[in-house]
Amino acid sequence: MTPTVNPSLSLNLVADLRDLFQFPFMVHALEAATIVAVLASVVGWYVVLRRQAFAGHTLSVMAFPGAAGAALAGWPAALGYYVACAAAALAMAGTGPAVGRHKSVASAVIATVQITGLAAGFLFLSLNHQILVGLETLLFGTFLGVSSSQVLVLLAIAAGVLAVTALIARPLHFCTLDPEVARARGVPVRALDVCFLLILAFAVAATSQITGALLTFALLVAPPAAAQLITGRTLAGLVVSVAIALVVAWLGLAAAYFSIYPAGFYVTTFALAAYVLAWTARAARGRLAARRRTRLPSAGVLESG
Amino acid sequence: MTETATSEPVGAQSERCTAAVRISGASVRLGGRIIFADVDLTVDSGQFVAILGPNGAGKSTLMRAILGLAPLAAGSVQVLGDTPAGARSRVGYLPQQRSLDRAAGVRGVDLVRLGLDGTRWGLPLPPLGKARRRSERNRIAEVIELVGASAYAGRAIGELSGGEQQRLLIAQALVRRPELLILDEPLDSLDLPNQAAVAALVRGVTSRERVAVLLVAHDVNPLLPHLDRVVYLAGGRALTGPVDEVITAPRLSALYGAPIEVLRTSDGRLVVVGLPEAPHHHGDRHEPQP
Ligand SMILES: Nc1ncnc2c1ncn2[C@@H]1O[C@H](COP(=O)(O)OP(=O)(O)O)[C@@H](O)[C@H]1O
Ligand SMILES: [Mg+2]
Repeated sequence: MTPTVNPSLSLNLVADLRDLFQFPFMVHALEAATIVAVLASVVGWYVVLRRQAFAGHTLSVMAFPGAAGAALAGWPAALGYYVACAAAALAMAGTGPAVGRHKSVASAVIATVQITGLAAGFLFLSLNHQILVGLETLLFGTFLGVSSSQVLVLLAIAAGVLAVTALIARPLHFCTLDPEVARARGVPVRALDVCFLLILAFAVAATSQITGALLTFALLVAPPAAAQLITGRTLAGLVVSVAIALVVAWLGLAAAYFSIYPAGFYVTTFALAAYVLAWTARAARGRLAARRRTRLPSAGVLESG
Repeated sequence: MTETATSEPVGAQSERCTAAVRISGASVRLGGRIIFADVDLTVDSGQFVAILGPNGAGKSTLMRAILGLAPLAAGSVQVLGDTPAGARSRVGYLPQQRSLDRAAGVRGVDLVRLGLDGTRWGLPLPPLGKARRRSERNRIAEVIELVGASAYAGRAIGELSGGEQQRLLIAQALVRRPELLILDEPLDSLDLPNQAAVAALVRGVTSRERVAVLLVAHDVNPLLPHLDRVVYLAGGRALTGPVDEVITAPRLSALYGAPIEVLRTSDGRLVVVGLPEAPHHHGDRHEPQP
């Protein structure tokens, strides 16, 4: 499905938007990107806070065994994604706490799960006589090939995952920031670790269907990381994270529509730009604050002297 | 200065007159090794008790047993007339090891708030929760004022000094108005003036609200003006009683199985001399790490 006309960017924003929405494939792409951006940036906010980007990366890699296994079993590829990600999440959860005392062990466990997943994918591929259609889609996503039923499935999954996240939000936040005290207060820290890995698994599987396995982090990690550079407040951070992800996803799709380069490239580039901007803003703010601090004491000396 | 610490019932609150902590014959075994055995301890409501002893003596483990985090191999622990798990919401806790690196960007006031609502499931519903949220905000502001942290509670945790962080964490432990406060080496990373200030702060707050305090410390001196009792833990056993009865040469010598002297300086400070350097090399205890 490629646009039949060659779209070109005019300086008339209204005309450009009308142009953008005239094809159903573009509308579906925007719908899917919107759903995935919200889901990824909310879940990703906790990923960044919990320092679980490595677990997130491992889950995104599971798209490969997922797709290869699905092809072998005759399932839809998406189902393979979800099953492989959930299985990897449980494997990581079953072998030790993701946060806390045994952090160094945890990263070795995650690496082992990652490599096992890749090996399984390779096995499935050779059992299936090396046939894996849509390798590029697997790696870089299918922004422009989303059907309306796929949008509905994404919507259902995002709604479910976000509902569960909202339900556990505060205890999850508590045991993320302060696991010892949370445990002492009776928060089921271990169960929440497992629950969050499953949430992450579904978020990654859903995101990687749109962005591809390799570009998941453009929505899952970059926007929340930028948000956490800007603010340490929970609600504000989540709002900023979602806003960045939406802008990045929409701009990325629009830019791809009006140019010859792929959407994944734009989405990733804009996500990186958002992060660099946030980092620069924070550095500038820090320097201003430092200058104010050094100025104040000398003023005090002058006054008292 | 110890009026509030005596056990005569004051007000209707203390009608039930249950001890804050009642431990009898408690033993804890971790990794196949007995950490301590046959410990008895009773802490009355409103009492201020220090837990002393060398590194690795099991002080933190004893606190974790009271919180229901370390399983007992023998004996029993009762907290506020309930099981440790049942009393959880009425106990404030400041653990010894705390990695706050994930909280570095979080504001102090938000960390205090977690003590209040961190265990609640779901999200607060805006129309229903309005009055409650206002009263919670007031309580948080009040407890932050109480520990003297109002000036910096709005700043990120990572930007604060150790003493400032410690005050906010004490506020977090106090925010639910606990009946028992367990502080594991809260003075550890503080300079001397801050040690005295935090000790006085804890005493002031808790005697006003009749909160029992168990405070783990290395040095008894900053606490001397405030203490009702001490627990001295060494070699897997515990001595309990008033400071003047426990921190004496004969009793500490018996506890350690080595000659120990206790000196009192002219300003009333206690100096314990002759402590074995590494206590777990002694007796029949083994090294924990291979
Ligand atoms: N989970 C554990 N498994 C095995 N041994 C432990 C564990 N936790 C603590 N220990 C050991 O128990 C002993 C007492 O530790 P702790 O209670 O932290 O002492 P303290 O607080 O008095 O310094 C130490 O020797 C420590 O190595
Ligand atoms: Mg300790």
